[in-house]
Amino acid sequence: MKFLVCISNVPDTTTKITFTPDNKEFNKAGVQFVINPWDEYALTRAIELKEAQGGGTVTVLNVGEADTEPNIRKALAIGADDAIRVNAHPKDAFFVAKQIAAIAKDGGYDVILMGKESIDYNGFQVHGMVGELLGIPTVAPAMKLDMNGNTATLEREIEGGKEIVEVNTPFVASCQQPMCEPRIPNMRGIMTARTKPLKVVEPTADAPRTEVDHFALPPAKQGVKLIPAENAGELIKLLRNEAKVI
Amino acid sequence: MSVLVVVECDGGEVKKSSLEVASYASQVAQMLGTTATAVAVGEATEANLAKLGEQGIGKVLYDSEPRLKDFVNGAYTKLIAAAAQQEDAKVIVLANSNIGAAVGSRLSIRLEASLATNVVELPKTDGGKFVVKRGAFSGKAFADVELESDRKIIAVKKNSIEALHEDGKTAPVESFSAQLTDADFADAPKEVIMQDQAGGVLLPEADLVVSGGRGMKGPENWNLIEDLAKALGAATACSKPVSDVDWRPHHEHVGQTGITVSPNLYIACGISGAIQHLAGVNSSKVIVVINKDPEAPFFKAADYGIVGDVFDVLPKLTEAVKQLN
Ligand SMILES: Cc1cc2nc3c(=O)[nH]c(=O)nc-3n(C[C@H](O)[C@H](O)[C@H](O)COP(=O)(O)OP(=O)(O)OC[C@H]3O[C@@H](n4cnc5c(N)ncnc54)[C@H](O)[C@@H]3O)c2cc1C
Repeated sequence: MKFLVCISNVPDTTTKITFTPDNKEFNKAGVQFVINPWDEYALTRAIELKEAQGGGTVTVLNVGEADTEPNIRKALAIGADDAIRVNAHPKDAFFVAKQIAAIAKDGGYDVILMGKESIDYNGFQVHGMVGELLGIPTVAPAMKLDMNGNTATLEREIEGGKEIVEVNTPFVASCQQPMCEPRIPNMRGIMTARTKPLKVVEPTADAPRTEVDHFALPPAKQGVKLIPAENAGELIKLLRNEAKVI
Repeated sequence: MSVLVVVECDGGEVKKSSLEVASYASQVAQMLGTTATAVAVGEATEANLAKLGEQGIGKVLYDSEPRLKDFVNGAYTKLIAAAAQQEDAKVIVLANSNIGAAVGSRLSIRLEASLATNVVELPKTDGGKFVVKRGAFSGKAFADVELESDRKIIAVKKNSIEALHEDGKTAPVESFSAQLTDADFADAPKEVIMQDQAGGVLLPEADLVVSGGRGMKGPENWNLIEDLAKALGAATACSKPVSDVDWRPHHEHVGQTGITVSPNLYIACGISGAIQHLAGVNSSKVIVVINKDPEAPFFKAADYGIVGDVFDVLPKLTEAVKQLN
């Protein structure tokens, strides 16, 4: 079975967010980039399923410029077989979905996995766009994925519960915990990753449909009002009379 | 031209988050000089749908096909696309829920629309542009985004818009059929398992949340969290390590890799306030932190705080709430 795992390159979760002086772009200076944490679930689960099937391939796909290659290599070190990078700045979700759909169509993949959303743009959009562009089902967000032949059984999170969904290949799923325990690269993986194929392709001509006008940081908090522990009940009065939330 | 809003219903009632998006849609309609139509999904009653008039909705479309009671991505997408065509909708508004995101992303392709999720404010339409503000970087920033296509789809984050209430106003409910076939239900769920709510409040819909971290020491102490939540009518939540070791179910885990909540009140008990935890809660209107360590980073993000032992403070708070009521 052929798995395609889409990964994005995002600032480490502890990053202090700042922007370029015109507030049009995220300021990358000095920032550590990682594989989007949600995508790690997709990657590890694809590898596990491939191993369980005793054959097949896991291809990782990233839409990004050359500076994303260290994290693509990391995905190869974790256990993907080969990689494709679409050489473009990921302008918006639509643009990225178009790139993924084009690669997926060409490659005839059976299962297309990605993380629930990227932690930088928090779009939670690409999965559905890719599914619709390819005319195949999407299951998002998926907490569990098992395969039996060409049929997948997934648990899909809904507000207040979950659905058990069955779909046949090909399909798209966006992944989240507790799907698996994300793997980290071992020494052997890091060695072999260096020689695994990483193909760079040019993007399609599609234009994005949204444009960032500017970014802004949230207003700073006023500072905390401390209430002595002996007088804890006072807090409840403040919440009613001052904050007016209860 | 019109504005279409997707309202999610459950057990006959319109969800609170959908009352907010309906209010958002009717205000957008007003800005654009048109009217807002709702299309209902899930299990609804005609009487409750008619009440969407209170949120400024002009009419409500409802397809009574019984298989639409549970979420089915294919069928919902087709239904809403058909309603958008019939109403010539230029703007489509949804809740930023798991349903909204699943359907909205597919619809954006089918209807060739620009899509913005996680939207927190009404659009700005100066100079012929259509710009919405959305949360980005896991709550650490906002982005003003221009939607360039002729059609726009907006998924509105919960608790960012006040629901309107024009008492007694009703909207006509029209039956609507998207002529759905079996093929549209191919991805219908085999089974739907709802959490055992046990009289509690669902976290994603909650206005008040009481949350516990590793400082609670073990699952046997969660009665302290539950008692306060119960007295307040709040939902319960937890930090990641707490759900990782199964003290609490995974669906209570909030943060960067869990769910994002934006209630009116978030009370954090024995949670240090790691940046990944804050990402899931920092758009809460009021944050209260109870922690025995005065240096805990959470205090910097808090509005009110108590430096103290949760085992001592929580019972006092519960008692104070009971006295208030
Ligand atoms: C990629 C990544 C993603 C992550 N995603 C998330 C996420 O989504 N959500 C999340 O929560 N975490 C997440 N984390 C983990 C996060 O970094 C923290 O480790 C975690 O939030 C800490 O949980 P905690 O505050 O419950 O525990 P701790 O950090 O151990 O804090 C316990 C706190 O309780 C206090 N305390 C102890 N005893 C008492 C007492 N008797 N009375 C009062 N206070 C007491 C202590 O002073 C301390 O501040 C993520 C980490 C990474 C690397």
